[in-house]
Formats: sequence, structure tokens, C-alpha cells
Amino acid sequence: MRTKFVIFFAALFLVAACETVPEETASTAGAGAAAETTTSAGVSGEAVSTEPSSTEVSTAMPAGPTPGTQEDLVVNVGDRIFFDFDKAVIMAAAEKTLKRQAAWLKQYGGVTVTVEGHCDERGTREYNLALGERRANAVKNYLVALGVDAGRIATISYGKERPEALGHNEAAWSQNRRGVTAVN
Amino acid sequence: MSAYRRHTGSFRSAILALALLAASGSSARAELTIDITRGNIEPMPIAITRLVGEGDEGRLGQEIARVVSADLQRSGLFRPIDQRAFIQKPEAMKVRPRFGDWRQINAQALVNGLIEREADGRVKVTFRLWDVFAERQLTGFIYRSVRTSWRRIAHKIADDIYKRITGELGYFDTRIVYIAESGPADRRVKRLAIMDQDGANHAFLTNGRDLVLTPRFSPTAQEITYLSYFHDQPRVYILNIDTGQQEVVGDFPNMTFAPRFSPDGNRVIMSLATDGNSDLYTMDLRTREFRRLTENPAIDTSPSYSPDGGQIAFNSDRGGSQQIYVMDADSKKVRRISFGAGRYATPVWSPRGDLIAFTKMHKGQFYIGVMDPDGKRERLLTSGFLVEGPTWAPNGRVLLFFRQSPGVGSEEGETRLYSIDLTGYNERLMVTPIDASDPAWSPLIP
Repeated sequence: MRTKFVIFFAALFLVAACETVPEETASTAGAGAAAETTTSAGVSGEAVSTEPSSTEVSTAMPAGPTPGTQEDLVVNVGDRIFFDFDKAVIMAAAEKTLKRQAAWLKQYGGVTVTVEGHCDERGTREYNLALGERRANAVKNYLVALGVDAGRIATISYGKERPEALGHNEAAWSQNRRGVTAVN
Repeated sequence: MSAYRRHTGSFRSAILALALLAASGSSARAELTIDITRGNIEPMPIAITRLVGEGDEGRLGQEIARVVSADLQRSGLFRPIDQRAFIQKPEAMKVRPRFGDWRQINAQALVNGLIEREADGRVKVTFRLWDVFAERQLTGFIYRSVRTSWRRIAHKIADDIYKRITGELGYFDTRIVYIAESGPADRRVKRLAIMDQDGANHAFLTNGRDLVLTPRFSPTAQEITYLSYFHDQPRVYILNIDTGQQEVVGDFPNMTFAPRFSPDGNRVIMSLATDGNSDLYTMDLRTREFRRLTENPAIDTSPSYSPDGGQIAFNSDRGGSQQIYVMDADSKKVRRISFGAGRYATPVWSPRGDLIAFTKMHKGQFYIGVMDPDGKRERLLTSGFLVEGPTWAPNGRVLLFFRQSPGVGSEEGETRLYSIDLTGYNERLMVTPIDASDPAWSPLIP
């Protein structure tokens, strides 16, 4: 999976280079919806849906993410939302992402997902396992409320065991307090 | 200031004690002791001679003396004297030590002994602990074991000495189970590992394929309960240390975590998450009966039984933030006990029953502390960027915890185990082959 991501993002940067996609859009797509906390606006992957401007570029362009896959979700929808410290409340910016996720899940009715709940390192291990579980279920409940069949959504908590950002500061911690929707 | 002293008087220093004993000319009532309830004590000078034996046994006798010395030194309560300073040869002490020779090098206590090979190949160790100034034997035991268990004999001798001098049970013949960590933080490999209390006989118990966390010893059996992400399903397991057999505890559709054994070893108490909400449950390991203890929309986790099994300390955010609560095991009545500034977590009841150790988070710092079971008399023992997960030595006098340093720049920090006295003194690194977290101290090995 990781290798596939790397290949895909490498391809994306190639497109960006050829096509002079505005830089912030490219980086947004590259980081999935990770920019969400810093911009506080619901964002994600508009860049990829941009039509190539010339046939020459389009022949060089990769096919793009296969619809209904994790890559598709990451790039075109946004696979993750972020939480405040010690909270599992869905914030306004996250609602936009989850609404897109719900629509996407309805579009690809055969897809099942696991929502991962994660925490920053500024809590104790067991409490964070519980908090991550709470966050994963907050995401699940939101999607279910939007009409996604609960049976399609599993949850798992990783507590503080799988940070995304490796720093030891608020910038990293805000990226790690997250709910990630992963296609099974 | 010295805290070892003789009960005959209020004098505090060895020199004073010596002077007074010499003046009184009597030592019959003198008692060599260390008062370990006080902090920052001056370690007692002790001479630990090699155990006398023939050939291989003699070499083993020196190794045993070395392990005994290391145990006692790490306790912070004893200062083993360099063997090169000894005047009397160990071989010459078969009858009685020449106490003058040991007083001359300022030894307060003296340990000597014999090691012999028995007909069945086992080793027989005889040791004696002497009060150098009172010129009398304080204790002495004979141990027999298979040769490969010689380290346990050494730890038992260290426990005997510790007990005789401090009046408290020892903690050297014990083991530590912990989580060995390696690799980058986002793909951390975590393995269950076990070692003797002094770091010897280290072994990995799991292969690192599955994420494992928070091991705890059974109080009665060679078993460990812990959390494993086997098949990406976080569940509580029990591992038999001797057979290597692993068994999931119960069959639940959701995450079970934060397991501990009850004091009688018959139950596991743990959290079960249902629709994102974590509550406390017990599972009777014999009847498989499953019993719910809390029913609250808050997080309830990190349970810890009092030694008599009558109460359960646990962590909950039912009051709005993470705090420590105590539940009466029968009535299920719950009261909050942590009221200081900050958030409180990981309550762990002392084996003596008199204290609860905890992790506290306040203004970006983490602390390890202890409080009375009613929440009074909070004392913080150590702090850092991240210190977490206290566990008690079986005598309730020493704690182990883990300390994670944030690292400098792009350099990742270390995560290591440390021991600290209940007094807050004598914080020491516990050497592990790689990074280490989530320690749990075993009971004294039977």
C-alpha cells in the first residue's frame, strides 16, 4: 500500500511539474487532506480532477486513481479529519470531509472501510486507546447519520501508537489527532 | 546524614556508632539497620566476599558475590566495598571472621560463604551475614539449586541481606516484563520482552509482527496478560511464559484493553469498548463469567485492584477531564480521589496497599507520583517530557516507569526504563538492549 502511494504521488508531482498546477493545490493533494488543520477549510485533492490543458501532457499523465480505491479516497475526497486535544468532537472543517466521504461511500456501495482513531503523544497509553476508539466511532457515527450502512464501517483505535507526523510539537500533534478512513 | 544506625541510640553515623559501641564495651543490644522510609540516605558500607569453593565452584562463588553486590548497590542503600581492600582472605573465615580486619576497612556488614558441588551435580551455597561491630551473625541460609540457576541464589541472598538490614521484604529475585521498541515512531515494532530485575536472562516473548502493549504479571502463575493487535484486532491476551501458549481473553466484537490480574489471579479486569465507549469489566478465568463494573458514557480504563481485592482504582474522564477514581468492588460505589492541578492517569495500587502510584500531566510536563488511597498527601517523585506507566516492586518501596525523551532536532529521542525509590531518590536507568516501555514488575518468584 505504502509503495503504491509513493508511486502515485511521484506521478502526481510529475503532472504538477508539466502542468504548473498552483503549488498549494498540488501540495494539498500530496498530503491528502492533511492541510486541513492549518487552513481550517475543508480541502482536498481538487488538483487531480483538473483537466490537462494539452494532449501532449495528457499522454504523459498516469491514468489517475482507480475509482473506489484508497488512492481515490485520499486524492479526491480526503481520507482523514482532525480533532482538538483530548476531544472526539467532529469539527466544522471535518464535517465537509466526512460529507464527501459519505457521498463517495454511497457512490461505491461495494466498498467497506475501517476508520482508525489516533491520538497525539501527550496522553497516557491506555487512555489514548480509549480516546482513539471514541474518535473512530465519532467518524463512523457521522457517516452512518449521513446514510452509510453501519455494517460497512469497522473501527479500530491505535491510540498514540501510529503517529503520522514525527515531531514533538503542536504542529505534529495536531496532525496526529486524527480519524483516518481506510478502504478494506 | 546517614540513615543506617543502631537501635541502641539515636546516633546517625557509622563513626559515632563505632565510638559509642567501643565506649560502652557492649554490643549485645546493638542492631544494624537501615531506615528506608527516609530519603537520600548514605549507603551502608558492606563487605561481600567471594563464596569459597573448589575450582569451577570457586569461580561461580565469585560470580554470585558479584551479583549480590550489584543488587545491593543498585538499591542505593548499600555500598559494597572493593574486594581489593579486604584484609582477611575469605578462605580464612571458615570458622569466624576476624572482625577487626573488617572494622579496619570500615565495613559495617560482612557477607561470607561457601559453595560446594553436591553428588547429584547441584550446587549448595551457604552464606552468612555478619554485624561487624556487634561481632555476631545476623542471618544465614543454605541454598541448593541446579547450577544454571545460580543467579537466583545470588538474588535470594541479596533479598535475605536486604530484609535483615532494612526490615522490609526484598525485591531482587524478581523479573520485569516490558515492551521492547525499535524502528521509526510511525512504524514502531513492539515486542513483549522479559528479563531478570538486574537485566540478565533477557528474552523476547513475541516476534514483533503484531503490535503488543501494556503487559502485566499474574500474581500467582507464570502468566502475563497484555494487549495484542493480532489480526488487527486489539484484544486482551494471556501468555504462559513457560509454554509460550497465548490465549485471547473472552470473545468480544470490539477492542478489549488495559488488562490486569486480580490479586488472587483468578480474574482479569480490563476495559471493553462498545460503540466507542470504554467501560470496565472482569472476566473470571475459571468460569468465563463476564461482569460489567462501570456503566458510564465516559472513558473508564487503567484499572488496578487494591491488594485485598476490595477496591479498584481506575482512570476516567467522567468529570470532564482525566482523573483517578476508586470503586468499592462490592457496592460499585465510585469516588474521585485526584484533585490536584492537571490530569491524572494510570493509578497503580502499591502491593503494601498504602499508596497509589500515578502518572500526572500538567502544563506540558509528565510526572510520576504517589498518593494515599484517599487521594491525600500527593508526592511527585520525578518528571519529564514524557514519563509514564509506574509499576511497583513487590515490596512497595521501589517503582519502575518509562521515560521518553523528545530527541534533539531530527534525532529521535530514547524511550527507557528507570527505577526510583518511593522517597524520590535513587533514580536509575534500567539497562535494556533496545528502547523499552510499559514495564511491569513480577511478584517475588516463589
